[in-house]
Amino acid sequence: MSAPGHSATRRPTPSGGDAPSCGAPGEPTRASDSGPPSENLVEIRGLCFRRGRQVIFEQVDLDIRRRAITAVMGPSGTGKTTLLKLITGQLHPDAGTIEVDGQPVHRLGKAALYRLRRRMGMLFQSGALLTDLSVFDNVAYPLREHTDLSASMLRKLVLMKLEAVGLRGARDLMPNALSGGMARRVALARAIALDPDMILYDEPFTGQDPISKATLVALIRQLNDAAALTSILVSHDVMDTLAIADHVYVISHGKVIARGTPEAIMADRSAWVRQFIDGLPDGPVHFHYPAPELTEDLFTRRSV
Amino acid sequence: MGRQRGTEILVGLFMAAGFVALFFLAMQVSNLSAGASTEGYRLTARFSNVGSLKVRAPVTMAGVRIGRVESVSFDKDSYEAVVTLRIDPSVDSIPDDTFANIFTAGLLGEQYVGLEPGGSPDHLRDGDTIAYTQAALVLEQMIGQFLFNRAGGD
Amino acid sequence: MLLDGLARLGRSGIGAAERLGRAHLLLGAMLMGAGEVLRRPRLLSAQLYNIGVLSLLIIGVSGLFVGMVLGLQGYITLVQFGAAESLGVVVAAALVRELGPVVTALLVAGRAGSALTAEIGLMKATEQLSGLEMMAVDPVRRILTPRFLGGIIAMPLLAAIFSAVGVLGGYFVGVGLLGVDAGAFWSQMQAKVDFQDDILNGVIKSVAFGVVVTWIALFQGYDTVPTSEGVSRSTTRSVVHAALAVLGLDFVLTALMYGD
Repeated sequence: MSAPGHSATRRPTPSGGDAPSCGAPGEPTRASDSGPPSENLVEIRGLCFRRGRQVIFEQVDLDIRRRAITAVMGPSGTGKTTLLKLITGQLHPDAGTIEVDGQPVHRLGKAALYRLRRRMGMLFQSGALLTDLSVFDNVAYPLREHTDLSASMLRKLVLMKLEAVGLRGARDLMPNALSGGMARRVALARAIALDPDMILYDEPFTGQDPISKATLVALIRQLNDAAALTSILVSHDVMDTLAIADHVYVISHGKVIARGTPEAIMADRSAWVRQFIDGLPDGPVHFHYPAPELTEDLFTRRSV
Repeated sequence: MGRQRGTEILVGLFMAAGFVALFFLAMQVSNLSAGASTEGYRLTARFSNVGSLKVRAPVTMAGVRIGRVESVSFDKDSYEAVVTLRIDPSVDSIPDDTFANIFTAGLLGEQYVGLEPGGSPDHLRDGDTIAYTQAALVLEQMIGQFLFNRAGGD
Repeated sequence: MLLDGLARLGRSGIGAAERLGRAHLLLGAMLMGAGEVLRRPRLLSAQLYNIGVLSLLIIGVSGLFVGMVLGLQGYITLVQFGAAESLGVVVAAALVRELGPVVTALLVAGRAGSALTAEIGLMKATEQLSGLEMMAVDPVRRILTPRFLGGIIAMPLLAAIFSAVGVLGGYFVGVGLLGVDAGAFWSQMQAKVDFQDDILNGVIKSVAFGVVVTWIALFQGYDTVPTSEGVSRSTTRSVVHAALAVLGLDFVLTALMYGD
């Protein structure tokens, strides 16, 4: 609660004071809404989520602006992927509301949720390509499932999507023949196959060599601007993320501890944000996992 | 396309093999081919004891199978067993004074109905009842009778 | 100490009940999707290939050897009573009633069931199932249901092939090697093996085993802990549970069918 550094950051909680504890799933609190075509595609209010006894999110408010790249950053294990799963309705919040384009995701029926998901693309950390289908068939998959396009039309569309990620020549390869970066680009082509309104990127830069990382950074920016997409990018890769994001949230211990433009985040003075951005081994987040004093631990006689 | 087609052909072969196997089991292994139980005509016979006669047991004449037992039921008024026989249609000249026995195939074998033709010029027709019957021989009764006679003879 | 034991017992009981509930929810969802799959036979034929065609070799070879052993053992016993002509009955009845459906189900659980569990488990571990869901494709209907139906259709066909090959194996040993009269072999068999009581009941059994084996395999894969260790555990569990379920269910079905 009173971890050092937290007091110095700007708290986005509307009430300003100490956040109320998580209660039952709430009704939508339409406080900041101003008419249906809101500027925000995704609005999260008072989000609480627990896994067992572990609190993942506590009273989180988050807005994703249309046609912008919003990055959500934080150390590993802060529930960034969980956040994406909550936005896409794969998980349900314990309290609070999540609205995508005015629709409360967590209360949609299956049919409505699937309709909404057709307008979302998601790039998984592993790519999540179907291993028994070729690159072409993987990209064609959502089109075949959801449209009645003719074979020649389908072919053209798939080749255009593959061209957009620079892998038109790899159409006949199987996913196990692709490098990690190529698999992610194929997955990106698949994610944009149905021309979604929004793409969610789950750790797109993790485990990539500098060249494929730069390729992905350029692609994400390019896709976002060319197709007027809304992008949500979840990452702990500070420099690459700050380079392409329009808006940044930093999450830690289930709370938003900083928000703003990349420049504002870079200039943030709070100890916690500094440790994360500068990559310092010790700070508000300790190097040591919580434990009793070393001397005490070493000299207690206890048979194991 | 080629792979898809190959898969389909193999699946087709598999399903054909499965159905051939089922057909083989039905026609060659089981009594389906011999069954044909809806053909032929029906006779009934009343026995004081049918022993362990089972439905579908053979009905024979001179040792040749000419039909099957269709049902075995109990008449609660006369305390007799009522056995319905299904006789092959080709065997249409059974005299109406035919004698029906329940025999056992071998010492421990299955029981069956054996018909012994009489000399009447009239033939039995569908729905008729065989008047002369001989109950099944029950082993315990025979042994009991044998011992009783031995004791009486001394 | 006692309370700890009780608590552990209770926890495992609750866990088992939860898993059973999830398994039934999955079964319901798969049955709901069955109509859709039947309208897209392509999906089904791929699974008939995976479960049926790929199991054909092991089923055929096993059936042949089981039939040959039955022929040999049956002959050794029957010849002591001078009833070697009944060999056909013994071989056919044993195969059609019991060994055909049961051994086929056990072999399919080992050959195809474990492969299904591993496949679904890996798809879960590599986020392919989540990926489908994000493409607004229901993984249960699209991935699991075709496999479920494929298993149900393939199992009785495989069992019939097993029994038929087994009878031929018994014929080969009994008539070909041991000199039983071929006419007596077939005629005794036909006289005693009943189409309805034996063949149809055998088919019903193998359909039931098909449901159980594929259901267990798919559930274990779908419910797996998405790590490589979790998948390997689920695969083992799939085979063990399926084998136990088949043997238990066989007793129940036999009692219902033949125990008056």
